Amino acid sequence: MKILVLISQVPDTTARIAFTDGDTRFDTNGVQFIVNPYDEWYALVRGLELKEAAGGTVTTVTVGPASHDPTIRKALAIGADEAVRIDAEPVEGLQVAELIAAYAKDKGFDLVLAGKETIDHNGSQVGGMVAELLDMPYVPLASKLDVNGDTATVERDVPGGVEVLEVKLPLALSAAKGMAEQRIPNMRGIMAARTKPLNVEAPAGTDDVGGTVKFQLPPAKGAVKLIPAEEAEKLIELLHTEAKVI
Amino acid sequence: MSTIVFIDTRGDKLPKAALEAVTFASQLAGGPVTAVTFGPAQGLEALGAQGAGKVVVARGVNALDGQQLTKLVTSVAEAEGAKTIVCVHDGTGKAVAPRVAARLKAAHVPGAIAAPEDGKVKRNVFSGKAQAWVELRSDRRVLSLMPNSIAPANGEGTATVEEFSGDLGAARVTVKEVRKAGAGIPLPEAEIVVSGGRGMKGPEHWGPIEELAQVLGAATACSRPVADMDWRPHHEHVGQTGVAIRPNCYIAIGISGAIQHLAGVNQSKVIAVINKDPEAPFFKAADYGIVGDAFEVLPKLIEAAKKLRSEA
Ligand SMILES: Cc1cc2nc3c(=O)[nH]c(=O)nc-3n(C[C@H](O)[C@H](O)[C@H](O)COP(=O)(O)OP(=O)(O)OC[C@H]3O[C@@H](n4cnc5c(N)ncnc54)[C@H](O)[C@@H]3O)c2cc1C
Ligand SMILES: Nc1ncnc2c1ncn2[C@@H]1O[C@H](COP(=O)(O)O)[C@@H](O)[C@H]1O
Repeated sequence: MKILVLISQVPDTTARIAFTDGDTRFDTNGVQFIVNPYDEWYALVRGLELKEAAGGTVTTVTVGPASHDPTIRKALAIGADEAVRIDAEPVEGLQVAELIAAYAKDKGFDLVLAGKETIDHNGSQVGGMVAELLDMPYVPLASKLDVNGDTATVERDVPGGVEVLEVKLPLALSAAKGMAEQRIPNMRGIMAARTKPLNVEAPAGTDDVGGTVKFQLPPAKGAVKLIPAEEAEKLIELLHTEAKVI
Repeated sequence: MSTIVFIDTRGDKLPKAALEAVTFASQLAGGPVTAVTFGPAQGLEALGAQGAGKVVVARGVNALDGQQLTKLVTSVAEAEGAKTIVCVHDGTGKAVAPRVAARLKAAHVPGAIAAPEDGKVKRNVFSGKAQAWVELRSDRRVLSLMPNSIAPANGEGTATVEEFSGDLGAARVTVKEVRKAGAGIPLPEAEIVVSGGRGMKGPEHWGPIEELAQVLGAATACSRPVADMDWRPHHEHVGQTGVAIRPNCYIAIGISGAIQHLAGVNQSKVIAVINKDPEAPFFKAADYGIVGDAFEVLPKLIEAAKKLRSEA
């Protein structure tokens, strides 16, 4: 089985969110970067488990400049066989998807695994766009994936339950919680990652459809209204008469 | 007509998110819009109340097959000469909207929270810790509306319903089984959510949380460690790596308010926090707070909620 995992780099979950250049760019000053948790914990690890069970290869692909290499090495340390970096600054969903699709086309991937969403951009869109450009079926927000021969069984949470789907490969999906358990890279993996291939590809042409032009921080919250514990019942009253939400 | 709206109408009644999306589309269009949907739903005429002039329904599509539905949406868009396609930023919309955008080379705004201003659309980024303005430079555009961002209209009017008869190709996704979750309100749709954290000390103490939720008509949720320790089912885990919710009211009990937890709940209209530690970070994000022991506070809340509901 040939598996492609879409790996993106995002600010650490605890990073301070601030902007520069007249609020047009994220302020990376002092920010640590990590592999997007959905890509790492769920998409990559499930890809590795399927490979371990049935044979095959796991390739990662990242759209980003050279500064993303340490993040990509982390994915290799966890167990991916090889990595591809498409050398372009990611600015918008369709651009990223077009670059990934241009690379993946004609390579015969059986599975394309994305994360549910990036925790900075929160688009939940790149996986679906790649699937469209590669003419593959796509299941967003999958919580379980099993492959038997050329048939995948996928579960996803839907309002009021769980839907079990069957799809013939090739298949693209986005991975949500439940799909796998986080793996911590060990020393051997980290050493091996140093010599695994990280191939840099020049970007293909993309369409310019727009993108983020300005950021703002949400309006500050007013101070919390404290209610003494002995009069806890007042909370229910306030939520009803003052906040009018219950 | 220049605006169409793709909605999921499966279920016992028309989903709230669908009513919001039709309302949003007709506000953008300044007049009636064409709604596009699939599956067996009856009573689609009623979408006229939110501004649909016509509903096109593909009866033959039974699963959320993104490829069939993308064909459906793009062929209706073409027939109507639509420049704007509205979808919902939920599990259904995410299977279709990105595909439609990629096919049409259209700008996509995932999770729009308001109508465009000067060709720019506002959305949440960094898991609700900031907002971004997206500029649309393409000829056509796909706007996926974040559920719970606008109130559905409730006007007069009846839509005409038309069955789609074009060819959508063979289905590649089939539904094998739908497992119903236990009774109770699905978390993403709940207007009120009662949530517990590690401060609840163990699964055997969840009775009062469930009771408070039941009296208020709320869904239950939990922090990540609680789901990881299997105190509660995984689908209840809210936060950066769990479900992101935006109910009218979020009541957090014995949860510290770590930044990753807040990322999934900070869009709630009103947040109430019960924690015995006055320094718990959650109080900074809260509208109402009680510094106290959950096991003493909860019975008082349940009693007050019961009283409120019996008076109503
Ligand atoms: C990459 C990453 C992603 C993450 N994603 C998520 C996520 O999606 N969702 C999430 O929730 N977490 C997430 N986390 C974990 C997060 O950092 C916190 O560890 C977690 O939210 C803490 O859960 P908690 O508040 O239940 O437990 P604790 O931090 O242990 O807090 C328990 C609280 O209960 C209070 N308490 C104790 N006893 C009582 C009592 N008797 N009465 C009242 N209060 C009491 C304590 O004062 C304390 O504030 C993530 C972490 C990382 C690194
Ligand atoms: N720059 C990128 N390079 C590789 N994959 C990406 C990139 N951006 C997003 N992805 C993938 O697409 C998923 C969804 O991203 P998004 O649409 O931005 O929420 C992520 O979880 C990744 O798997």
